[in-house]
Amino acid sequence: MKKIDLKNLTITKAHESLTKGDFTAVELAQAYLAEIEKKNGELHAYLEVYDNVLDQAGFADKAIAALKKEKKEIPMLMGIPFAIKDNILVKGKTASSASRILENYSATYDATVIKKLQQKNGAVLIGRTNMDEFAMGGSTENSAYGVTKNPHDTSRVAGGSSGGSAAALAADLCLAALGSDTGGSIRQPASFCGVIGMKPTYGSVSRYGVMAMGSSLDQIGPFGKTVEDAQIVFDAIKGRDPMDSTTISSDTYPRVSLKKKPVVGVPMHFLDKGLHPSVKKTLDETISKLKEKGYEIREITLPNIAYSLPVYYVIMPAEVSSNMARFDGVKYGLHKDGKNSIDDYFASRAAGFGPEVRRRILLGTYVLSSGYYDAYYYRANAARRIITDDFAKAFESVDIVLTPTAPSPAFKIGEKTADPVAMYLEDIFTVTANLTGLPALSVPAGCAEIDGKKLPIGMQLTGRHGDEATLFEAGKDIEIGV
Amino acid sequence: MISKKDIENLADLARIKLSDGEKESLAKDVDSILAYVDQIKAAPIGDFKPSAGAVKNVMRDDAIITTPAEDRERLLDEAPKREGDFVAVKKILSQE
Repeated sequence: MKKIDLKNLTITKAHESLTKGDFTAVELAQAYLAEIEKKNGELHAYLEVYDNVLDQAGFADKAIAALKKEKKEIPMLMGIPFAIKDNILVKGKTASSASRILENYSATYDATVIKKLQQKNGAVLIGRTNMDEFAMGGSTENSAYGVTKNPHDTSRVAGGSSGGSAAALAADLCLAALGSDTGGSIRQPASFCGVIGMKPTYGSVSRYGVMAMGSSLDQIGPFGKTVEDAQIVFDAIKGRDPMDSTTISSDTYPRVSLKKKPVVGVPMHFLDKGLHPSVKKTLDETISKLKEKGYEIREITLPNIAYSLPVYYVIMPAEVSSNMARFDGVKYGLHKDGKNSIDDYFASRAAGFGPEVRRRILLGTYVLSSGYYDAYYYRANAARRIITDDFAKAFESVDIVLTPTAPSPAFKIGEKTADPVAMYLEDIFTVTANLTGLPALSVPAGCAEIDGKKLPIGMQLTGRHGDEATLFEAGKDIEIGV
Repeated sequence: MISKKDIENLADLARIKLSDGEKESLAKDVDSILAYVDQIKAAPIGDFKPSAGAVKNVMRDDAIITTPAEDRERLLDEAPKREGDFVAVKKILSQE
Protein backbone atom coordinates (compact mmCIF):
# COMPACT_ATOMS: atom_id res chain seq x y z
CA MET A 1 0.00 0.00 0.00
CA LYS A 2 1.17 3.49 -0.81
CA LYS A 3 2.57 5.50 2.10
CA ILE A 4 0.80 8.86 2.36
CA ASP A 5 1.60 11.44 5.05
CA LEU A 6 -1.96 11.82 6.32
CA LYS A 7 -0.94 13.91 9.32
CA ASN A 8 0.20 16.84 7.19
CA LEU A 9 -2.30 16.37 4.40
CA THR A 10 -4.85 19.09 3.60
CA ILE A 11 -7.54 19.28 0.92
CA THR A 12 -5.42 21.61 -1.19
CA LYS A 13 -2.35 19.33 -0.92
CA ALA A 14 -4.37 16.19 -1.65
CA HIS A 15 -5.99 17.88 -4.64
CA GLU A 16 -2.56 18.77 -5.99
CA SER A 17 -1.30 15.20 -5.51
CA LEU A 18 -4.40 13.66 -7.08
CA THR A 19 -4.05 16.01 -10.05
CA LYS A 20 -0.32 15.33 -10.48
CA GLY A 21 -0.78 11.61 -9.94
CA ASP A 22 1.39 11.26 -6.79
CA PHE A 23 -1.36 8.99 -5.52
CA THR A 24 -4.82 7.96 -6.69
CA ALA A 25 -8.14 8.48 -4.93
CA VAL A 26 -8.25 4.72 -4.31
CA GLU A 27 -4.80 4.81 -2.68
CA LEU A 28 -5.86 7.78 -0.57
CA ALA A 29 -9.06 6.02 0.52
CA GLN A 30 -7.07 2.87 1.33
CA ALA A 31 -4.70 4.89 3.52
CA TYR A 32 -7.66 6.29 5.50
CA LEU A 33 -9.35 2.89 5.76
CA ALA A 34 -6.11 1.44 7.18
CA GLU A 35 -5.97 4.25 9.74
CA ILE A 36 -9.61 3.64 10.67
CA GLU A 37 -8.84 -0.06 11.10
CA LYS A 38 -6.09 0.89 13.58
CA LYS A 39 -7.80 3.65 15.56
CA ASN A 40 -11.59 3.54 15.30
CA GLY A 41 -11.94 0.64 17.72
CA GLU A 42 -10.69 2.82 20.54
CA LEU A 43 -11.95 6.25 19.44
CA HIS A 44 -15.40 5.15 18.21
CA ALA A 45 -15.60 8.13 15.85
CA TYR A 46 -17.40 6.22 13.09
CA LEU A 47 -20.62 4.33 13.71
CA GLU A 48 -20.27 2.76 10.28
CA VAL A 49 -17.69 2.74 7.53
CA TYR A 50 -19.50 2.41 4.20
CA ASP A 51 -18.91 -0.75 2.17
CA ASN A 52 -18.54 1.13 -1.12
CA VAL A 53 -15.68 3.52 -0.22
CA LEU A 54 -13.27 2.05 -2.75
CA ASP A 55 -15.93 2.01 -5.47
CA GLN A 56 -16.56 5.72 -4.87
CA ALA A 57 -12.80 6.38 -4.97
CA GLY A 58 -12.42 4.34 -8.17
CA PHE A 59 -15.19 6.40 -9.71
CA ALA A 60 -13.34 9.60 -8.70
CA ASP A 61 -10.12 8.30 -10.27
CA LYS A 62 -11.93 7.65 -13.57
CA ALA A 63 -13.45 11.13 -13.46
CA ILE A 64 -10.06 12.73 -12.72
CA ALA A 65 -8.46 10.85 -15.63
CA ALA A 66 -11.28 11.90 -17.99
CA LEU A 67 -11.09 15.55 -16.95
CA LYS A 68 -7.31 15.56 -17.35
CA LYS A 69 -7.64 14.11 -20.82
CA GLU A 70 -10.10 16.83 -21.78
CA LYS A 71 -7.85 19.43 -20.11
CA LYS A 72 -10.74 20.48 -17.88
CA GLU A 73 -10.58 21.73 -14.32
CA ILE A 74 -10.76 19.03 -11.65
CA PRO A 75 -13.12 19.96 -8.79
CA MET A 76 -11.20 20.64 -5.58
CA LEU A 77 -13.11 17.99 -3.62
CA MET A 78 -12.87 15.20 -6.19
CA GLY A 79 -11.55 12.09 -4.45
CA ILE A 80 -11.39 13.83 -1.05
CA PRO A 81 -12.51 11.47 1.77
CA PHE A 82 -15.31 12.88 3.98
CA ALA A 83 -16.90 11.80 7.25
CA ILE A 84 -20.62 12.54 7.57
CA LYS A 85 -22.55 13.10 10.78
CA ASP A 86 -25.16 10.40 11.34
CA ASN A 87 -28.11 12.84 11.09
CA ILE A 88 -27.46 13.67 7.42
CA LEU A 89 -29.14 11.44 4.83
CA VAL A 90 -27.14 9.44 2.29
CA LYS A 91 -29.53 7.51 0.05
CA GLY A 92 -29.57 3.79 0.75
CA LYS A 93 -27.37 4.08 3.85
CA THR A 94 -28.40 3.86 7.48
CA ALA A 95 -28.93 7.26 9.12
CA SER A 96 -29.73 6.81 12.80
CA SER A 97 -28.93 10.14 14.52
CA ALA A 98 -27.25 7.81 17.03
CA SER A 99 -30.74 6.86 18.25
CA ARG A 100 -32.37 3.47 18.84
CA ILE A 101 -35.54 4.75 17.21
CA LEU A 102 -33.75 4.92 13.83
CA GLU A 103 -31.35 2.00 14.32
CA ASN A 104 -32.57 0.29 11.14
CA TYR A 105 -33.64 3.33 9.16
CA SER A 106 -32.26 3.47 5.65
CA ALA A 107 -32.24 6.94 4.06
CA THR A 108 -34.67 7.21 1.16
CA TYR A 109 -32.97 10.18 -0.49
CA ASP A 110 -29.76 12.23 -0.49
CA ALA A 111 -29.48 15.43 1.54
CA THR A 112 -28.71 18.46 -0.65
CA VAL A 113 -25.24 18.75 0.93
CA ILE A 114 -24.55 15.11 0.03
CA LYS A 115 -25.67 15.68 -3.56
CA LYS A 116 -23.35 18.66 -3.75
CA LEU A 117 -20.36 16.84 -2.28
CA GLN A 118 -20.76 13.53 -4.04
CA GLN A 119 -22.50 14.15 -7.33
CA LYS A 120 -21.31 17.66 -8.12
CA ASN A 121 -17.78 17.45 -6.71
CA GLY A 122 -16.91 13.75 -6.64
CA ALA A 123 -16.04 13.61 -2.94
CA VAL A 124 -15.70 10.16 -1.34
CA LEU A 125 -17.95 9.45 1.65
CA ILE A 126 -16.11 7.23 4.14
CA GLY A 127 -18.88 6.66 6.66
CA ARG A 128 -21.25 8.05 9.25
CA THR A 129 -19.97 9.49 12.50
CA ASN A 130 -21.10 9.24 16.10
CA MET A 131 -23.03 12.05 17.79
CA ASP A 132 -25.26 12.81 20.73
CA GLU A 133 -28.67 11.30 20.04
CA PHE A 134 -30.53 13.63 17.63
CA ALA A 135 -27.70 16.16 18.21
CA MET A 136 -28.80 16.77 21.79
CA GLY A 137 -25.70 17.08 23.92
CA GLY A 138 -22.19 18.44 24.14
CA SER A 139 -20.07 15.32 24.54
CA THR A 140 -21.45 12.41 22.41
CA GLU A 141 -22.15 10.71 25.74
CA ASN A 142 -25.84 10.78 24.77
CA SER A 143 -25.23 8.50 21.77
CA ALA A 144 -27.21 5.26 22.02
CA TYR A 145 -24.10 3.51 20.68
CA GLY A 146 -21.37 4.58 23.12
CA VAL A 147 -19.13 7.61 23.59
CA THR A 148 -16.53 8.97 21.13
CA LYS A 149 -13.11 9.51 22.72
CA ASN A 150 -10.90 12.54 22.21
CA PRO A 151 -7.85 11.64 20.09
CA HIS A 152 -5.68 13.99 22.19
CA ASP A 153 -6.57 12.21 25.46
CA THR A 154 -8.82 9.17 25.28
CA SER A 155 -10.04 9.64 28.86
CA ARG A 156 -11.74 12.82 27.67
CA VAL A 157 -14.76 13.58 25.50
CA ALA A 158 -14.46 14.71 21.89
CA GLY A 159 -17.20 17.27 22.51
CA GLY A 160 -20.55 17.23 20.84
CA SER A 161 -22.88 16.81 19.42
CA SER A 162 -20.77 16.35 16.25
CA GLY A 163 -18.00 14.68 18.29
CA GLY A 164 -17.51 11.77 15.87
CA SER A 165 -16.86 14.07 12.91
CA ALA A 166 -14.39 16.22 14.88
CA ALA A 167 -12.54 13.20 16.31
CA ALA A 168 -12.39 11.45 12.93
CA LEU A 169 -10.78 14.51 11.39
CA ALA A 170 -8.36 15.11 14.28
CA ALA A 171 -7.21 11.47 14.23
CA ASP A 172 -6.69 11.43 10.43
CA LEU A 173 -9.62 9.11 9.78
CA CYS A 174 -10.91 11.48 7.09
CA LEU A 175 -9.71 14.67 5.41
CA ALA A 176 -12.85 16.77 5.96
CA ALA A 177 -16.20 16.31 7.64
CA LEU A 178 -19.73 17.62 7.92
CA GLY A 179 -21.59 18.32 11.14
CA SER A 180 -24.71 20.14 12.26
CA ASP A 181 -24.83 22.97 14.77
CA THR A 182 -27.91 23.96 16.78
CA GLY A 183 -26.17 25.51 19.80
CA GLY A 184 -22.47 24.84 19.23
CA SER A 185 -22.46 21.25 17.99
CA ILE A 186 -19.81 21.89 15.32
CA ARG A 187 -17.72 24.55 17.07
CA GLN A 188 -17.35 23.03 20.54
CA PRO A 189 -16.10 19.60 19.33
CA ALA A 190 -13.83 21.43 16.85
CA SER A 191 -12.37 23.32 19.82
CA PHE A 192 -11.94 20.12 21.89
CA CYS A 193 -10.31 18.18 19.05
CA GLY A 194 -8.10 20.91 17.60
CA VAL A 195 -9.75 21.32 14.20
CA ILE A 196 -11.61 24.13 12.45
CA GLY A 197 -15.40 24.15 12.63
CA MET A 198 -17.95 26.61 11.33
CA LYS A 199 -21.61 27.37 11.93
CA PRO A 200 -22.51 29.38 8.82
CA THR A 201 -25.14 32.15 8.63
CA TYR A 202 -28.64 30.75 9.20
CA GLY A 203 -29.97 29.73 5.82
CA SER A 204 -26.68 29.72 3.92
CA VAL A 205 -26.50 25.91 3.70
CA SER A 206 -29.54 23.80 2.77
CA ARG A 207 -30.91 21.57 5.49
CA TYR A 208 -32.89 19.37 3.14
CA GLY A 209 -32.06 15.86 4.33
CA VAL A 210 -30.71 16.71 7.77
CA MET A 211 -32.81 15.61 10.73
CA ALA A 212 -34.39 18.67 12.32
CA MET A 213 -33.75 19.44 15.98
CA GLY A 214 -34.39 23.18 16.53
CA SER A 215 -35.55 24.48 13.18
CA SER A 216 -34.95 28.18 13.89
CA LEU A 217 -31.39 27.34 15.04
CA ASP A 218 -30.05 24.38 12.99
CA GLN A 219 -27.32 24.76 10.37
CA ILE A 220 -25.06 22.28 8.59
CA GLY A 221 -21.41 23.28 8.51
CA PRO A 222 -17.88 22.13 7.67
CA PHE A 223 -14.96 20.74 9.65
CA GLY A 224 -11.46 21.19 8.21
CA LYS A 225 -7.87 20.77 9.34
CA THR A 226 -7.08 24.29 8.16
CA VAL A 227 -9.22 27.40 7.78
CA GLU A 228 -8.64 27.20 4.04
CA ASP A 229 -10.01 23.63 3.95
CA ALA A 230 -13.11 24.62 5.93
CA GLN A 231 -13.66 27.47 3.49
CA ILE A 232 -13.39 25.13 0.48
CA VAL A 233 -16.02 22.81 1.96
CA PHE A 234 -18.31 25.70 2.88
CA ASP A 235 -18.11 27.08 -0.66
CA ALA A 236 -19.05 23.65 -2.02
CA ILE A 237 -22.15 23.17 0.17
CA LYS A 238 -23.62 26.68 0.46
CA GLY A 239 -26.33 28.20 -1.67
CA ARG A 240 -30.05 28.43 -2.21
CA ASP A 241 -32.08 25.29 -2.44
CA PRO A 242 -35.71 25.08 -3.54
CA MET A 243 -36.08 22.13 -1.16
CA ASP A 244 -35.28 24.30 1.89
CA SER A 245 -37.29 27.52 1.90
CA THR A 246 -35.14 28.98 4.69
CA THR A 247 -32.06 29.09 2.45
CA ILE A 248 -30.73 32.49 1.45
CA SER A 249 -28.94 33.70 -1.64
CA SER A 250 -25.67 35.57 -1.86
CA ASP A 251 -27.49 38.92 -2.01
CA THR A 252 -29.90 38.38 0.91
CA TYR A 253 -27.61 40.34 3.20
CA PRO A 254 -25.69 43.46 2.14
CA ARG A 255 -22.27 42.58 0.79
CA VAL A 256 -19.41 43.61 3.00
CA SER A 257 -16.17 44.26 1.23
CA LEU A 258 -13.16 42.57 2.81
CA LYS A 259 -11.20 44.97 4.97
CA LYS A 260 -7.42 44.71 5.17
CA LYS A 261 -7.52 44.51 8.95
CA PRO A 262 -10.98 44.16 10.42
CA VAL A 263 -11.87 45.65 13.82
CA VAL A 264 -12.24 42.94 16.46
CA GLY A 265 -14.60 43.50 19.40
CA VAL A 266 -14.15 41.60 22.65
CA PRO A 267 -17.01 41.52 25.21
CA MET A 268 -14.68 41.40 28.22
CA HIS A 269 -17.59 41.92 30.65
CA PHE A 270 -18.85 38.47 29.68
CA LEU A 271 -15.44 36.79 29.87
CA ASP A 272 -14.17 37.91 33.27
CA LYS A 273 -15.26 34.82 35.15
CA GLY A 274 -15.84 31.13 34.56
CA LEU A 275 -12.98 30.67 32.10
CA HIS A 276 -10.44 27.89 32.63
CA PRO A 277 -7.00 29.56 33.14
CA SER A 278 -5.67 27.97 29.94
CA VAL A 279 -8.62 29.37 27.97
CA LYS A 280 -8.11 32.84 29.45
CA LYS A 281 -4.41 32.61 28.54
CA THR A 282 -5.23 31.58 24.95
CA LEU A 283 -7.70 34.46 24.67
CA ASP A 284 -5.05 36.95 25.84
CA GLU A 285 -2.48 35.46 23.45
CA THR A 286 -4.95 35.63 20.56
CA ILE A 287 -5.68 39.30 21.28
CA SER A 288 -1.90 40.05 21.32
CA LYS A 289 -1.39 38.10 18.12
CA LEU A 290 -4.17 40.01 16.35
CA LYS A 291 -2.77 43.33 17.58
CA GLU A 292 0.68 42.40 16.28
CA LYS A 293 -0.83 41.62 12.90
CA GLY A 294 -2.35 45.09 12.75
CA TYR A 295 -5.94 44.40 13.87
CA GLU A 296 -7.64 46.99 16.01
CA ILE A 297 -9.03 45.44 19.20
CA ARG A 298 -11.96 47.16 20.85
CA GLU A 299 -13.68 46.31 24.09
CA ILE A 300 -17.42 46.07 23.49
CA THR A 301 -20.53 45.63 25.61
CA LEU A 302 -23.28 43.20 24.69
CA PRO A 303 -25.72 44.14 27.45
CA ASN A 304 -28.02 41.13 27.19
CA ILE A 305 -25.60 38.38 26.16
CA ALA A 306 -25.85 36.71 29.58
CA TYR A 307 -29.48 35.83 28.77
CA SER A 308 -28.42 33.80 25.71
CA LEU A 309 -28.03 30.44 27.38
CA PRO A 310 -31.29 30.49 29.39
CA VAL A 311 -33.12 31.79 26.29
CA TYR A 312 -31.64 28.96 24.24
CA TYR A 313 -32.71 26.35 26.78
CA VAL A 314 -36.32 27.51 26.38
CA ILE A 315 -36.50 27.92 22.60
CA MET A 316 -34.50 24.83 21.66
CA PRO A 317 -36.49 22.29 23.77
CA ALA A 318 -39.74 23.88 22.52
CA GLU A 319 -38.67 23.24 18.93
CA VAL A 320 -37.33 19.79 19.87
CA SER A 321 -40.68 18.73 21.34
CA SER A 322 -42.35 19.69 18.08
CA ASN A 323 -39.76 18.14 15.76
CA MET A 324 -39.59 14.86 17.68
CA ALA A 325 -43.37 14.39 17.36
CA ARG A 326 -42.80 12.88 13.91
CA PHE A 327 -41.32 9.72 15.42
CA ASP A 328 -44.45 7.64 15.88
CA GLY A 329 -43.46 4.10 15.00
CA VAL A 330 -45.81 4.19 12.01
CA LYS A 331 -44.12 5.84 9.03
CA TYR A 332 -40.54 4.71 9.69
CA GLY A 333 -38.23 3.74 12.51
CA LEU A 334 -38.75 1.55 15.55
CA HIS A 335 -42.22 0.16 16.26
CA LYS A 336 -43.33 -1.36 19.56
CA ASP A 337 -46.77 -2.82 19.97
CA GLY A 338 -49.09 -1.35 22.58
CA LYS A 339 -52.68 -2.17 23.51
CA ASN A 340 -54.09 0.03 20.74
CA SER A 341 -53.05 2.52 18.11
CA ILE A 342 -52.41 5.38 20.57
CA ASP A 343 -50.57 3.09 22.93
CA ASP A 344 -48.26 2.10 20.05
CA TYR A 345 -46.94 5.68 20.10
CA PHE A 346 -46.25 5.58 23.83
CA ALA A 347 -44.49 2.24 23.59
CA SER A 348 -42.45 3.05 20.46
CA ARG A 349 -41.25 6.43 21.74
CA ALA A 350 -40.43 5.00 25.18
CA ALA A 351 -38.31 2.25 23.65
CA GLY A 352 -36.70 4.50 21.03
CA PHE A 353 -35.70 7.74 22.75
CA GLY A 354 -32.81 8.04 25.22
CA PRO A 355 -32.86 10.03 28.49
CA GLU A 356 -31.67 13.42 27.18
CA VAL A 357 -34.14 13.38 24.29
CA ARG A 358 -37.00 12.61 26.69
CA ARG A 359 -35.82 15.32 29.05
CA ARG A 360 -35.84 17.94 26.29
CA ILE A 361 -39.19 16.80 24.85
CA LEU A 362 -40.79 17.12 28.30
CA LEU A 363 -39.15 20.47 28.97
CA GLY A 364 -40.31 21.74 25.58
CA THR A 365 -43.82 20.46 26.20
CA TYR A 366 -43.81 22.32 29.51
CA VAL A 367 -42.65 25.71 28.16
CA LEU A 368 -45.21 25.53 25.36
CA SER A 369 -48.13 24.43 27.53
CA SER A 370 -50.94 26.87 28.25
CA GLY A 371 -50.31 28.85 31.41
CA TYR A 372 -46.54 28.75 30.94
CA TYR A 373 -46.23 29.84 27.32
CA ASP A 374 -46.11 33.58 28.16
CA ALA A 375 -43.61 33.19 30.97
CA TYR A 376 -41.22 31.05 28.98
CA TYR A 377 -41.56 30.71 25.22
CA TYR A 378 -42.96 34.18 24.52
CA ARG A 379 -40.45 35.83 26.85
CA ALA A 380 -37.54 33.85 25.43
CA ASN A 381 -38.41 34.98 21.91
CA ALA A 382 -38.57 38.59 23.08
CA ALA A 383 -35.16 38.24 24.75
CA ARG A 384 -33.81 36.59 21.60
CA ARG A 385 -34.76 39.75 19.73
CA ILE A 386 -32.91 42.10 22.11
CA ILE A 387 -29.80 39.88 22.02
CA THR A 388 -29.89 40.02 18.21
CA ASP A 389 -30.30 43.81 18.36
CA ASP A 390 -27.25 44.05 20.67
CA PHE A 391 -25.12 42.26 18.09
CA ALA A 392 -26.47 44.41 15.25
CA LYS A 393 -25.44 47.46 17.24
CA ALA A 394 -21.97 46.03 17.97
CA PHE A 395 -21.45 45.33 14.27
CA GLU A 396 -21.92 49.04 13.53
CA SER A 397 -18.45 49.59 15.00
CA VAL A 398 -16.67 46.21 14.80
CA ASP A 399 -16.38 43.53 12.09
CA ILE A 400 -15.76 40.50 14.29
CA VAL A 401 -16.67 39.53 17.84
CA LEU A 402 -14.02 37.39 19.56
CA THR A 403 -14.72 34.99 22.45
CA PRO A 404 -13.44 31.54 23.38
CA THR A 405 -15.47 28.70 21.82
CA ALA A 406 -15.92 26.87 25.13
CA PRO A 407 -15.13 27.83 28.74
CA SER A 408 -12.66 24.93 29.17
CA PRO A 409 -10.66 22.37 27.19
CA ALA A 410 -12.16 18.87 26.74
CA PHE A 411 -13.53 17.48 30.01
CA LYS A 412 -13.34 13.93 31.32
CA ILE A 413 -15.79 11.30 30.14
CA GLY A 414 -18.53 11.06 32.80
CA GLU A 415 -17.58 14.35 34.46
CA LYS A 416 -20.81 16.18 33.64
CA THR A 417 -23.33 13.42 32.91
CA ALA A 418 -25.04 13.58 36.32
CA ASP A 419 -25.99 17.25 36.10
CA PRO A 420 -27.78 18.45 32.95
CA VAL A 421 -27.32 22.15 33.79
CA ALA A 422 -23.52 21.72 34.15
CA MET A 423 -23.49 20.13 30.69
CA TYR A 424 -25.64 22.94 29.25
CA LEU A 425 -23.16 25.57 30.53
CA GLU A 426 -20.68 24.22 27.95
CA ASP A 427 -22.75 26.04 25.31
CA ILE A 428 -22.48 29.47 26.94
CA PHE A 429 -20.42 31.12 24.17
CA THR A 430 -21.77 29.19 21.20
CA VAL A 431 -25.58 29.49 21.46
CA THR A 432 -25.61 33.22 20.65
CA ALA A 433 -24.65 32.58 17.01
CA ASN A 434 -27.63 30.23 16.65
CA LEU A 435 -30.06 32.60 18.38
CA THR A 436 -28.95 35.52 16.18
CA GLY A 437 -28.34 33.54 12.98
CA LEU A 438 -24.82 34.99 12.74
CA PRO A 439 -21.92 32.97 11.30
CA ALA A 440 -19.27 31.78 13.77
CA LEU A 441 -15.95 30.03 13.26
CA SER A 442 -13.94 28.05 15.82
CA VAL A 443 -10.20 28.04 15.23
CA PRO A 444 -7.55 26.19 17.28
CA ALA A 445 -5.51 28.97 18.86
CA GLY A 446 -3.72 27.39 21.82
CA CYS A 447 -3.25 24.35 24.02
CA ALA A 448 -3.54 23.40 27.68
CA GLU A 449 -1.12 20.96 29.30
CA ILE A 450 -3.20 18.75 31.61
CA ASP A 451 -2.11 15.36 33.02
CA GLY A 452 0.82 15.35 30.59
CA LYS A 453 -1.54 15.66 27.60
CA LYS A 454 -1.78 18.59 25.21
CA LEU A 455 -5.41 19.63 24.87
CA PRO A 456 -6.43 22.01 22.08
CA ILE A 457 -8.30 25.26 22.76
CA GLY A 458 -10.43 27.00 20.16
CA MET A 459 -11.27 30.68 19.78
CA GLN A 460 -14.57 31.73 18.25
CA LEU A 461 -14.97 34.49 15.69
CA THR A 462 -18.52 35.73 15.07
CA GLY A 463 -19.31 37.94 12.08
CA ARG A 464 -22.12 39.79 10.35
CA HIS A 465 -24.88 37.90 8.58
CA GLY A 466 -23.50 36.58 5.30
CA ASP A 467 -19.94 37.66 6.07
CA GLU A 468 -18.19 34.29 6.44
CA ALA A 469 -15.35 35.65 4.27
CA THR A 470 -14.10 38.05 6.96
CA LEU A 471 -14.10 35.22 9.52
CA PHE A 472 -12.06 32.96 7.26
CA GLU A 473 -9.50 35.68 6.61
CA ALA A 474 -9.08 36.51 10.31
CA GLY A 475 -9.12 32.81 11.18
CA LYS A 476 -6.08 32.26 8.98
CA ASP A 477 -4.24 34.85 11.07
CA ILE A 478 -4.85 33.09 14.39
CA GLU A 479 -4.88 29.36 13.55
CA ILE A 480 -2.12 27.17 14.87
CA GLY A 481 -1.38 23.62 13.76
CA VAL A 482 -2.40 21.18 16.51
CA MET B 1 -41.84 22.80 42.02
CA ILE B 2 -42.48 20.20 39.37
CA SER B 3 -44.27 17.20 40.82
CA LYS B 4 -44.35 13.61 39.67
CA LYS B 5 -47.93 14.28 38.59
CA ASP B 6 -46.78 17.21 36.39
CA ILE B 7 -44.25 14.94 34.71
CA GLU B 8 -47.00 12.35 34.12
CA ASN B 9 -49.14 15.02 32.42
CA LEU B 10 -46.26 16.20 30.23
CA ALA B 11 -45.35 12.63 29.27
CA ASP B 12 -48.99 12.06 28.39
CA LEU B 13 -49.02 15.13 26.12
CA ALA B 14 -45.72 14.07 24.56
CA ARG B 15 -46.83 10.44 24.24
CA ILE B 16 -43.91 8.83 26.00
CA LYS B 17 -44.33 6.02 28.50
CA LEU B 18 -42.12 6.58 31.57
CA SER B 19 -41.10 4.30 34.41
CA ASP B 20 -41.78 5.39 37.99
CA GLY B 21 -38.09 5.91 38.72
CA GLU B 22 -37.71 8.05 35.63
CA LYS B 23 -40.64 10.24 36.63
CA GLU B 24 -38.86 11.06 39.90
CA SER B 25 -35.52 11.85 38.27
CA LEU B 26 -37.13 13.86 35.46
CA ALA B 27 -39.05 15.96 37.99
CA LYS B 28 -35.73 16.81 39.65
CA ASP B 29 -33.98 17.55 36.32
CA VAL B 30 -36.77 19.68 34.87
CA ASP B 31 -36.94 21.59 38.15
CA SER B 32 -33.24 22.45 38.10
CA ILE B 33 -33.35 23.44 34.41
CA LEU B 34 -36.40 25.67 34.99
CA ALA B 35 -34.62 27.29 37.96
CA TYR B 36 -31.76 28.09 35.59
CA VAL B 37 -33.86 29.43 32.69
CA ASP B 38 -35.95 31.53 35.10
CA GLN B 39 -33.26 34.19 34.62
CA ILE B 40 -35.03 35.27 31.43
CA LYS B 41 -37.74 36.83 33.59
CA ALA B 42 -35.27 39.66 34.33
CA ALA B 43 -34.51 40.35 30.64
CA PRO B 44 -35.52 43.93 29.67
CA ILE B 45 -37.75 42.94 26.76
CA GLY B 46 -39.53 46.32 26.47
CA ASP B 47 -42.59 46.43 24.23
CA PHE B 48 -41.86 43.31 22.22
CA LYS B 49 -44.38 42.53 19.53
CA PRO B 50 -44.30 38.97 18.29
CA SER B 51 -43.76 38.74 14.55
CA ALA B 52 -42.25 36.33 12.09
CA GLY B 53 -39.19 38.60 11.96
CA ALA B 54 -37.13 39.14 8.86
CA VAL B 55 -38.09 35.83 7.30
CA LYS B 56 -41.04 35.58 4.97
CA ASN B 57 -43.12 32.65 3.95
CA VAL B 58 -42.02 30.94 0.76
CA MET B 59 -44.56 28.75 -0.97
CA ARG B 60 -43.88 26.29 -3.71
CA ASP B 61 -46.16 25.96 -6.73
CA ASP B 62 -49.23 23.89 -6.03
CA ALA B 63 -48.35 21.48 -8.80
CA ILE B 64 -49.00 17.77 -9.07
CA ILE B 65 -45.73 15.90 -8.79
CA THR B 66 -45.67 12.23 -9.59
CA THR B 67 -43.38 10.30 -7.31
CA PRO B 68 -41.37 7.71 -9.21
CA ALA B 69 -42.44 4.16 -8.32
CA GLU B 70 -38.95 3.39 -7.03
CA ASP B 71 -39.11 6.28 -4.51
CA ARG B 72 -42.57 5.21 -3.39
CA GLU B 73 -41.28 1.70 -2.79
CA ARG B 74 -38.35 2.98 -0.74
CA LEU B 75 -40.63 5.13 1.42
CA LEU B 76 -43.15 2.35 1.97
CA ASP B 77 -40.38 -0.11 2.76
CA GLU B 78 -39.33 2.02 5.73
CA ALA B 79 -42.75 1.63 7.37
CA PRO B 80 -42.65 -0.92 10.21
CA LYS B 81 -45.89 -2.47 8.91
CA ARG B 82 -47.01 -2.40 5.33
CA GLU B 83 -49.97 -3.82 3.47
CA GLY B 84 -49.56 -3.52 -0.27
CA ASP B 85 -49.26 0.17 -1.05
CA PHE B 86 -50.44 1.24 2.40
CA VAL B 87 -48.79 1.86 5.75
CA ALA B 88 -50.64 -0.39 8.19
CA VAL B 89 -51.85 0.72 11.64
CA LYS B 90 -54.16 -0.81 14.22
CA LYS B 91 -57.91 -0.27 13.85
CA ILE B 92 -58.96 3.06 15.34
CA LEU B 93 -62.73 2.56 15.06
CA SER B 94 -64.55 -0.33 16.55
CA GLN B 95 -68.11 -1.51 15.95
CA GLU B 96 -70.19 -1.27 19.07
